[in-house]
Amino acid sequence: MGPVAFVLIAGVAVGSALGLVFKRNPIHGALFLVVNLGSVAALYLTLGAQFLAAAQVIVYAGAIMVLFVFAIMVLIPGKEETGPDPRRAYRVLALPVGAVLLALLVAVVAAGARGRAPAATAAPDGVEAIARLLFTDYLFPFELTSVLLLAAMVGVILLSRRREG
Amino acid sequence: MAPESWYLALSAVLFCIGVVGVIVRRNPLVIFMSIELMLNAANLAFVAFGHRLGTADGQAVVFFVMAVAAAEVAVGLAIIVAIFRLRRRLSVDDLSLMRW
Repeated sequence: MGPVAFVLIAGVAVGSALGLVFKRNPIHGALFLVVNLGSVAALYLTLGAQFLAAAQVIVYAGAIMVLFVFAIMVLIPGKEETGPDPRRAYRVLALPVGAVLLALLVAVVAAGARGRAPAATAAPDGVEAIARLLFTDYLFPFELTSVLLLAAMVGVILLSRRREG
Repeated sequence: MAPESWYLALSAVLFCIGVVGVIVRRNPLVIFMSIELMLNAANLAFVAFGHRLGTADGQAVVFFVMAVAAAEVAVGLAIIVAIFRLRRRLSVDDLSLMRW
């Protein structure tokens, strides 16, 4: 059951990521990204990270993607990528660059998997472990995120305000 | 239960797709979404490592990455909208003022 579920979800994740990159219409790309984020949330569930799965769906697939779709609707950018590409030679290079990067990363992962595996301890599953950690060891960074979010909010309001005169 | 190295391999694949998207696409919004894809791939690797080590520390890091990503998306989209207001066009090839 486990490996089969992983392969199915991973297929959905990779397919939707490819759809995001290679679909011309940005709104299709945004919907593909929602599918991708949802499948990654499912993978979090298989790793026993229930809280992150819920946060992924609420924060990423919910809030952030609504922001993206909203921006796409406001900017109406459907026409930008239809013209001839002025820098086609550079962009064709992207595929070999990506392939080499992928080969390197997979080589590292494979080397790590071949090496001596540490004895797998029982992972602390569920919400309790991360909650305990966030409010003890990571309390200061946790409080800092509130400052960061406030700063981002103020910055966005300043940036999106129209100049008065 | 699939082994953690499968999750790491999937994370590498998603990250590389994101890199290719950043290089290939011309629309800043799609480039932004590709960056989100890369952040997600890194998050998946964090959770897989945490699962392997038997701690929830990886999950805590992912929580902070999510908070930073939310702030980053808000500010980035505001900048993109401001640029669009100024130029009425939306292609990263036009934004070459600060390039050599």
